[in-house]
Amino acid sequence: MTTFLQQLVNGLSLGSIYALIALGYTMVYGVLRLINFAHGDVYMVGAYVGYYLSRKLQGKEPSIISALLVMVGSMIVCALLGMLIERLAYRPVRREARLTLLITAIGVSLFIENVAQLVFGPDPKFFPSLAPRTDFIVAGVRLTSEQITVIVVAMLLMLLLRYFILRTRTGKAMRAVSFSLDASRLMGISTDRIISITFALGSALAAAAGVLIGMQIPKIDPLMGIMYGLKAFVAAVLGGIGSIPGAVLGGLLIGISEVMVVGYLSSTYREAIAFGILILVLILRPQGLLGRVQKEKV
Amino acid sequence: MRFRVLAAVCLAAIGAVTLSCGKEGSQKEILVGEYGSLTGGIATFGISTRDGSQLAFDDVNSKGGVLGHKIKLLVEDDQSKPEEAGTVVNKLIHQDHAVAMIGHVASSHSLAAAPICQAEKVPMISPASTNPRVTQVGNYIFRVCFLDTFQGAVMAKFASDTLKVKKVAILVDVRSDYSVGLQTFFGQAFKKLGGEIVAEQSYSQGDSDFRAQLTAIKAANPEAIYVPGYYTEVGTIVHQARELGITVPFLGSDGWDSPKLWEIGGTSLNGCYFSNHYATDDPNPVVQKFVNDYKAKYNQLPDALAALAYDAARILADAMQRAGSTDGEKVRNAIASTKDFPGVTGQISINEERNAVKTAVIVKVENGKYLLTETIKPEDVK
Repeated sequence: MTTFLQQLVNGLSLGSIYALIALGYTMVYGVLRLINFAHGDVYMVGAYVGYYLSRKLQGKEPSIISALLVMVGSMIVCALLGMLIERLAYRPVRREARLTLLITAIGVSLFIENVAQLVFGPDPKFFPSLAPRTDFIVAGVRLTSEQITVIVVAMLLMLLLRYFILRTRTGKAMRAVSFSLDASRLMGISTDRIISITFALGSALAAAAGVLIGMQIPKIDPLMGIMYGLKAFVAAVLGGIGSIPGAVLGGLLIGISEVMVVGYLSSTYREAIAFGILILVLILRPQGLLGRVQKEKV
Repeated sequence: MRFRVLAAVCLAAIGAVTLSCGKEGSQKEILVGEYGSLTGGIATFGISTRDGSQLAFDDVNSKGGVLGHKIKLLVEDDQSKPEEAGTVVNKLIHQDHAVAMIGHVASSHSLAAAPICQAEKVPMISPASTNPRVTQVGNYIFRVCFLDTFQGAVMAKFASDTLKVKKVAILVDVRSDYSVGLQTFFGQAFKKLGGEIVAEQSYSQGDSDFRAQLTAIKAANPEAIYVPGYYTEVGTIVHQARELGITVPFLGSDGWDSPKLWEIGGTSLNGCYFSNHYATDDPNPVVQKFVNDYKAKYNQLPDALAALAYDAARILADAMQRAGSTDGEKVRNAIASTKDFPGVTGQISINEERNAVKTAVIVKVENGKYLLTETIKPEDVK
C-alpha cells in the first residue's frame, strides 16, 4: 500500500509537469486551431534559462527567494520567446492553409532544437539545487520538498490561469477569439494582441514546467522537449484539445498511468502506454474527456 | 578555362601528396595507425584513447624508440560512425602503410575495421572493446581490456564476499547490449555465490525520471542495487534514489568512470562502488608514473580509456621489440605470446582467444574521488 501511494505521488508530480505543458498546447489550439509543435522546445529553453539564471545566483545560500527569481525570470524570457515565434513564424502564414501552419510549427521546432545544441552544447547539463531540501514522511510515503513544490506550484499556476481566463477582460477576449476569430475582430477585439498574449501565457507555463523538472530530475539536455512535448500533447488530446481543465486532467492521468506501468509492469511500455491512450481516445471519444463536439459548419 | 585551372590545382595537389609520401617513407619511422572517434557522440572516448597511446609512444621514443627507430602515431577520425571506421582503416593501411593498428573503444567500430586488418595481416589491438565477437574475427585481432563476463563476476564476488550482502536488486538499461550483458553475468555469478536477486527493473538510455522503478525496488528491500550503465543516467538514478529514502549502496561497472558522474550525482554517490580497469590512487609505481606523466602533459586525470590505450600502445611496442621486426606476422606472434606484462591496468597476459587475462579493481566513490578498494584476480572468480 505504501508503495502504491508512493507511486501515486511520483505520478502526480510527473503529471503536473505534463499538465503545465499541455495547457500551452490547448490554449494555442483554442485560439488558432494550431498544434504548436515548437511548444516542447520552449519548455526546453525554459529549463536552460533557469539553469543559467541559477548558475548566476549560485554562491548565495539556496533559498525560496532565489528559486522564485529563477522561475519568474525564465517565465518572462520564454513568454517573450513565445511571442517572437508567433510574430515571426506563425503570423505571416496565419491566413494560409492549416497544413502550412502545421509544417511551419515543425520547422520552428527543428530550428530551436538545433540552435539549442549549438548554443547550449549537446551534452546534458545538471541543475544546481535551488531551494533548501527537506523531506516529509506521511504514512510511510516520502514527499520531498521538490515534489511538493512541483505539485503546489503547478496547481497555483493553473488556478491563476483559470482566474485570468474567466475573470479578466483579456481572458474574456481570449475566450471570444477562441469561439470565433472573425466575429471577435468584427466586435473590435484586437485579435493579434490576444493571440500574442495566448502564446506568451502558454510559453511562460512551459518555462515554469522546465524549471520545475530541472529542480526535480536534475538533468536537462537540448532534446528533452521532444518526448515531454509529445506526451503533453497526448495529454491535451486526452483531456479534449481546447479545454483547459481537460489539459490538467489529461496531464495528471498520463503521468500517473505512466508511473504505474513502469512500477508494476516494465519500463519498456512507458511510451507505449501514452501513445496507446492517444489511439484509444481518438477511436472512442475523438473530442477528448472534457472536450466539446465541434460541428462542422457548411 | 575554370575547369583547366581546377584540373591543374588537383594535379599539383596529387603531386605534392605523392612527394610527401615518398619523403615519409625515406625517414626511418615506424608508422602505427589509430582509428578513433575524435568528433561526434562518443568523442571523449576517442580523445582519451589518442592521448593515452600518444603518451606511451612518446615515452618509448624518449628511450630510443623500438629497434632503433622512433614510432609515429597516425590518428584518423571516424566521426563516431561505425561505417567510417572501415574507410579510415583502409586509408591507414593502404595509403599511409601503417604496420599495426590501435582501436577502437566501441565494439561496433572495432567489428567494422577488424576484418580489414585481418585480411591485410596488420595486427590490431583494441584497447577497450568488450564484446566477445571482436577478437573472434581472426588471429590478428587482440584486446587489452577484460570481458564483461569477468566484470560482472567481479562485482558479484565483491558484493557477496566483501560487502556481505545477500539480496541485490538490478536496474538495467534495456537498450544497451553492454548493460543487459552485465546484468546476466552478474546475476549468474551472484546466484552461484548464494545470493538472491530480489528485483529487476529496467530503463532506457535517455530517460530522466526513474522514481517509478526505484519505488518498486525499494519495496523489495535490497541490501545493494546493481546498475550497470553509463554515468549520465547513473548519476540521476542515484540522486533520485536518495530522495526516495533509499540508503543502500549502489554498485556499478566501468561505464560509471567519468568525472561527470560526480558532477551529476554529487554527495548522493558517497559509499557507492564500481568495477573498473584501474584506479588513479593505486600506489603501484607503473600507475603513478602514468598518472603523473598524463597530468603533466594534458593537465587532467586520465580515465580508464586513456590507461587502456597506454597499455595497448606499450604492449605493441614491446611486441615489436621482441619480434625484432615490424613484419605483420612476427609482430602478431609476439603479441600473442605476451605474458605478465606490467600494465597500468594490471598484469596483462594474452590467452589463446587473444583476449587479455588481467585483474579488475573495485573503486569506492568518496567526495568526488574514486578510491581503490579491492583488486580482484581472474583466478578469484573462477
